[in-house]
Amino acid sequence: MTSFLSDLPFDPITTILVIPAASAMLLVLLPGYWLTARLNVLAALLTFVAALSLLVVRPAPTAYLFVDDLNVVFIVLSTFVGFTTSAFSASYIAHELEIGRLTRQYLRFYHAMYQTLMFSMNLGLLANNIGLMWVAIELATLTTVLMVGIYRTHEALEAAWKYFILGSVGIALALFGTILVYMAARPVIGEGHDAMVWTALVEKAAGFSPELLNVAFVFLMLGYGTKVGLAPLHAWLPDAHAEGPTPISAVLSGLLLNVALYALLRFKILMTANTAAFAPGPLMVTLGLVSLIFAGFMLYRRRDIKRMFAYSSIEHMGIITFAFGMGGPLANFAGLMHMTMHSLTKSAIFYAVGHISQAKGTQKIAEIRGLTESHPVLGWGLVMGVVAIAGLPPMGIFMSEFLIVSSTFARQPLLALLVVFGLLIAFGALLLRLNEIAFGKPIGSSAPVEASYVPLFAHLGLVLAAGIYLPTPLVAWFQGVARLLG
Amino acid sequence: MDGHSLDIAHMLAGGMVLVSFMLLYQDRMFALLNVFALHAVVLSASVAWQAHIQNAPHLYVPAAIALVLKGIIIPVALHQVVIRLGIHRTIETVGGIGLTMLFGIGLVALSMVVMLRAAAAADPLAREDLAFALSVLLLGLLMMVTRRNAVSQIVGFMSLENGLILAATGARGMPLVVEISVAFSVLIAFIVIGVFLFRIRERFDSVELEVLDEFRGERR
Repeated sequence: MTSFLSDLPFDPITTILVIPAASAMLLVLLPGYWLTARLNVLAALLTFVAALSLLVVRPAPTAYLFVDDLNVVFIVLSTFVGFTTSAFSASYIAHELEIGRLTRQYLRFYHAMYQTLMFSMNLGLLANNIGLMWVAIELATLTTVLMVGIYRTHEALEAAWKYFILGSVGIALALFGTILVYMAARPVIGEGHDAMVWTALVEKAAGFSPELLNVAFVFLMLGYGTKVGLAPLHAWLPDAHAEGPTPISAVLSGLLLNVALYALLRFKILMTANTAAFAPGPLMVTLGLVSLIFAGFMLYRRRDIKRMFAYSSIEHMGIITFAFGMGGPLANFAGLMHMTMHSLTKSAIFYAVGHISQAKGTQKIAEIRGLTESHPVLGWGLVMGVVAIAGLPPMGIFMSEFLIVSSTFARQPLLALLVVFGLLIAFGALLLRLNEIAFGKPIGSSAPVEASYVPLFAHLGLVLAAGIYLPTPLVAWFQGVARLLG
Repeated sequence: MDGHSLDIAHMLAGGMVLVSFMLLYQDRMFALLNVFALHAVVLSASVAWQAHIQNAPHLYVPAAIALVLKGIIIPVALHQVVIRLGIHRTIETVGGIGLTMLFGIGLVALSMVVMLRAAAAADPLAREDLAFALSVLLLGLLMMVTRRNAVSQIVGFMSLENGLILAATGARGMPLVVEISVAFSVLIAFIVIGVFLFRIRERFDSVELEVLDEFRGERR
């Protein structure tokens, strides 16, 4: 099997990058909605298939691109959610066109941008060069800024401007951190390109100047942390999620936050490889806890449904950062698992919310009531999603949260109490709102909406399955990655 | 490397910090844009000098980009934008100049303390360049925080980004430096052409960002 696949006529890494890049160019040229939406889905599917092939073949690292156990997890997850979101987007955007919220002229641009975003995220994940990784994340930021502002309403413009300013400042700080890492590596590895290559950096990290690495990590943490949406650097996130098209909210929450987190994890590995530099864990634990508890409280004050789930993303990114900050095989395993589950669940929730707000013609929570009665499939889909995201059994998030809390209890009981506190606060807010939205006497339009249920229930099914039974190979794989993270 | 070439490199990098301070207190749009153009010219000279003393001809590319794009094209374009938006007569309230300047001095001191200590092992040229670059970066950040006008925020961001280019060129042999500066310049051009400025203006009838804040969707 492996020998057959290693003779593949194509190189999987190149394919993963070329498909989205080429389709972005093609989609700019093609008119019409029917064709472009389907091409978008097809391109995303092909990228996903190419990503799957990385599970069996492992190309040798080059100076610019590489694959190891860590980024395979991210790539497979990213291309899968990219594919399902493109399917959701096809039906969502059809409705937006119908009601005239989007014009055909913007549509071309929308699909091309979607593929550009996929390209830049894949590039960021596959990059073996810290400069290239930075460029890719910058490109991803710019494309999402354009997508968030696509409706051109007051709110969308405000959100895009805020995202743009905060995102670029964050990304600028990350570049400064990247330059400092190069400065630290140069005396050991030598001038030029090699001193920016991951595989070389990690190998030689023990000899780097610890003082420079410390300062660099602070900048990287602030910079990429802004993109992860950690409080107090999160201000752009709720607006960007609430005002852009819903497929973009799903991709932002499910994927782009992960890509920024991936960058942080890479630099964390670098820091741990140098014993004289400070341990990055406590900084990540603190920012994670602050985000978790802050977002938990903020959830109570939300009146906009998409904004509420955006705050829930801040909460979960906080939990994940906390888990990786704790470190150790068990907490890292739980963090990886939680990240995967959160991506699947949160994008599923946004699929449901997208169709719900189209059906009701509003995003205001106060004007959405009794969904399980007026739109049973969507309503129960949302109930299932919120049950999962709130961390109730038997869904997968329950398991990962349980692992995080129990592994923390064994080492730092006080911190575990804080995590439980944050989780309970968020849990209360989510169930309170869910009760209002899903049950009771329906208000607003009860007209049926043309929705694509497959992506929604495929994600929720996976999350449920993971909560009940995790296949042994998957567990072994995640355990291997957890060890790699140190 | 002899002492004179080091001195000149310091003078140019220090000049950028000085011009960053000048940016902080400009309250008229045209004056602000002129000082920004000066900032870019000093950056360009600094990068060109680095190219000369490091014997790295590829660094002349970012120097030329800084001079042409940021020293000439962008300020001229913003000039036009300011006129078309009709805000060229507005005097921006840059509340508490004294306090802002003091804060700026604090930031410069901070970056000196942090960078000179952290990069103690690096060669003097790179070390002091990094300290100056961090100062320019932090002063740009300070400017973005104290301004409430979209055009001034962009100028603040661009001065911040000039600091990054200074840092990247100071790091000897840094690859991708050309690409990075080009990527960043595209980004800048993209804002300046300012899809946004005109749209914000068209929607809000103002480019004061306070107006934007009211449309939060939740405050009402």
